[in-house]
Amino acid sequence: MSTVASVDVLIVGGGIVGCAIAERLARAGLSVCLVERDVLGGAATAASMGHLVVLDDDAAELALSAYSCARWQALAPSLPATAEYRRNGTLWIARNVEEMAEAQRKQWRLAQAGIDSELLTAAALAEQEPALAAGLAGGLRVASDGMLYPPVAAAWLARQAAAQGAQIRCGVGVRNLVEGAVLLDDGSELRAPHIIVANGCAAPELLYGAPIRKRKGHLLITTRSAPRVRHQLVELGYMQSAHGGDGESVAFNVQPRPSGQLLLGSTRQFDDVSSTVTPRLIQRLILRAQEFLPGLATATALRAWTGFRPTTPDHRPLIGPWPARAGVWLACGHEGLGVTTALGTADLLAAQLLGLELPFDARPFAPARFAAQVSHAA
Amino acid sequence: MRELRSEVLVLGAGPAGIAAAVSAERAGARALLVDMQAEPGGQIWRGQWNKATDSTARRWLSALRASPVEGRYGLRLVDVPAPGEFVFDGADGPLRVHCERAVIAAGARERLLPFPGWTLPGVFGAGGLQVLAKNGWPVAGKRIVVAGSGPLLLAAAASLRSLGAQIVLIAEQSGWRDLAAFGSGLLGTPHKVVQAAGLWRKLIGVPYRTGSWVTQALGDNEVRSVIVRRGRQIVQLDCDALAVGYGLVPNTEIARALGCELRDGAVWVDMHQHTSVPGVYCAGEGTGIGGIDQALVQGEIAGCAAAGRAELAATAQRRRRGSERFAAHLRRHFGLRAELRSLAQDDTVLCRCENVAFGAAKACSSMRDARLQTRLGMGHCQARVCGAACEFLFGWGAATPRPPLAPAGLSCFNLSTSAENPQEPT
Ligand SMILES: Cc1cc2nc3c(=O)[nH]c(=O)nc-3n(C[C@H](O)[C@H](O)[C@H](O)COP(=O)(O)OP(=O)(O)OC[C@H]3O[C@@H](n4cnc5c(N)ncnc54)[C@H](O)[C@@H]3O)c2cc1C
Ligand SMILES: Cc1cc2nc3c(=O)[nH]c(=O)nc-3n(C[C@H](O)[C@H](O)[C@H](O)COP(=O)(O)OP(=O)(O)OC[C@H]3O[C@@H](n4cnc5c(N)ncnc54)[C@H](O)[C@@H]3O)c2cc1C
Repeated sequence: MSTVASVDVLIVGGGIVGCAIAERLARAGLSVCLVERDVLGGAATAASMGHLVVLDDDAAELALSAYSCARWQALAPSLPATAEYRRNGTLWIARNVEEMAEAQRKQWRLAQAGIDSELLTAAALAEQEPALAAGLAGGLRVASDGMLYPPVAAAWLARQAAAQGAQIRCGVGVRNLVEGAVLLDDGSELRAPHIIVANGCAAPELLYGAPIRKRKGHLLITTRSAPRVRHQLVELGYMQSAHGGDGESVAFNVQPRPSGQLLLGSTRQFDDVSSTVTPRLIQRLILRAQEFLPGLATATALRAWTGFRPTTPDHRPLIGPWPARAGVWLACGHEGLGVTTALGTADLLAAQLLGLELPFDARPFAPARFAAQVSHAA
Repeated sequence: MRELRSEVLVLGAGPAGIAAAVSAERAGARALLVDMQAEPGGQIWRGQWNKATDSTARRWLSALRASPVEGRYGLRLVDVPAPGEFVFDGADGPLRVHCERAVIAAGARERLLPFPGWTLPGVFGAGGLQVLAKNGWPVAGKRIVVAGSGPLLLAAAASLRSLGAQIVLIAEQSGWRDLAAFGSGLLGTPHKVVQAAGLWRKLIGVPYRTGSWVTQALGDNEVRSVIVRRGRQIVQLDCDALAVGYGLVPNTEIARALGCELRDGAVWVDMHQHTSVPGVYCAGEGTGIGGIDQALVQGEIAGCAAAGRAELAATAQRRRRGSERFAAHLRRHFGLRAELRSLAQDDTVLCRCENVAFGAAKACSSMRDARLQTRLGMGHCQARVCGAACEFLFGWGAATPRPPLAPAGLSCFNLSTSAENPQEPT
């Protein structure tokens, strides 16, 4: 079969990033086709915790995540109930005075992006979250952070795109990028002047040399009889684990689900590309969580799973034109924050593609920053 | 975590597991038999450990008592963290077993299909109600409709009747042609004819309709009546309970978690009951629904083979062929009719744990899509019930099992052997 169809924009990948871009560009009036080889939101998006969180370990990440969280808040009233959007806030937990000082610095950095937060003493922390262990130093409460159920949010964005005329094609993959077109697994060809590669960890399959590695993560969900928690609870040592080093790490990160279940995260490791659950890491995850929530000792596990974060060498996503190929754009490499930053990514990419005013500085995300590596690979 | 070592671990103490453990010991191996129920017996010999009423049960249960097999009951397998390692959860906390070879004998479960009213109190699985009644749930004087498909309907009806229930009707969805063919096919396995005759004697006077199925259960707070369809004929029958099951499906979670290959929804085994994974055997319903005779024969073969003495099972090997013929025969004649796919309405619940409607699931493209978009099968039973329904309704395959295999205490993941936990490097 070799049918040739043509659209303005072809998006490869129906994770939350590809779906957000499809919605944004369809709304701008372009003819859009999104191609997903499996099911919508079935890869990293399905594995994710869905924490919508402002992170501040560099100015660019702060700008992207703060902008994106505000976009989710604006979108919230339109989201279906099954997307389970809630603004429970994040509680960053400090175990000692050093971490308390870090909480203070974090408060200051968030304030630069216009994000309000509240420092909590040990007593105030215990009052907010009575299930937490005794002896913690305090924390920082960011009330504007939220959470949602990512695969439903992704599919909803795709439906919004479809309602504006976009074609959403699932169950067929893009096999190859060719000049001004893509070749699908069924042998057909789709022409488009703009091709957006938003296929997460699979980007190197289509673009040789795309600087993306898989960073595996484990999560575990309990049954409904878990300790009561109100906020997303994250240890302040989290950033150290998130970005520090290439080794294996585990950080306490717990999310209360609307059902009363608790979602426990998370681990990080490179170099294991099998999806199997590693017992040793699940054990570390649980032990870490129990240090903060002793009541978990009697909780019941329902299911554990793994997922892969698409990670770039500098931990920032790739958003913008791919210098090695005219007409090809990248929107991938969102590591552990892509659910949050999907909406900001869509706006930034749309602004570049349509020549609109940029919502925030695009340079830190430009794929061209890896140009040397790319031209070497190409 | 508590630890045990054994040469041969047998998972499940139904007929297949009991035969496997006893045979492994006879063949000279040390066997450990574990089951989540409080006593050995499995589905068919449930409650017979201390008062066996059936002669085969008496024979095997006393053989088990007399053998040096170590039995551990009330322990559910929840994880297989590494080859040769099995973690169980129970009232006294987790137990980890290290073994050289394992025999999976985890049996089957009933297939339940959704139809309007199937979630009403008073609607049970056919085998499920039989088990409840054997455990003391009162059925005396109750009017019960038994419906669905397969020989289990007769067994369930007979035992409910013997406990005092009034069986209003047995509605078998298979047509009489299939059943007649099934019956005459049994002539090749004469003792099955005797078994069937025994059941029929217990059911004299009970109306039995072929080509009939329940389309709806009615009632406000519990079932009061059911609508039964037979061809173009539709009747409403008053009742106090409905026992409905559409045959059995092999339990394959444990085998899949171990990486064993499946064929047609059952665990693939060679003539020695060896699966595709070295050192892992499977016996009984897990290899394909075949009933108690197949379970016993396969258990014997698996036990001998796991003990490294496959040649001791020569006579069992000869009986194996007969039991296989029966199993194939069963599958051929109790195939489910297409009409059963259209009983559920869009608002009929399909996944009870997560309250997902049939219509919402129908809109999805695969089990995985449905899981992600509707939370179907994400709840407490992890698709144990709705998975088999979806397989029939939509042709969807099962999702990959992830640990734990059943909800389990978090302590089951604590792999340290001493009381101390390994310290988190900081
Ligand atoms: C354990 C874990 C926890 C996380 N927690 C959070 C969190 O709390 N908050 C947060 O914001 N982020 C979190 N993340 C990160 C987030 O999940 C990802 O950054 C995000 O989902 C990336 O989305 P994506 O659309 O780029 O990729 P994906 O969701 O992976 O989507 C890519 C899609 O492309 C498709 N595809 C691939 N190749 C092709 C091809 N050739 N043709 C067609 N289609 C193709 C795939 O099938 C897939 O559906 C977490 C990630 C993990 C692993
Ligand atoms: C509800 C029901 C009722 C039945 N009633 C009859 C009947 O009346 N007459 C009849 O001829 N047949 C009946 N059957 C058919 C029955 O499957 C076979 O007759 C026979 O019992 C099969 O033997 P088995 O050893 O293969 O499996 P089973 O007897 O089912 O034994 C399997 C054992 O494995 C255990 N097990 C499973 N998973 C785990 C785990 N994760 N951890 C620990 N233990 C586990 C179970 O507790 C069970 O004891 C019934 C089946 C079902 C499902």
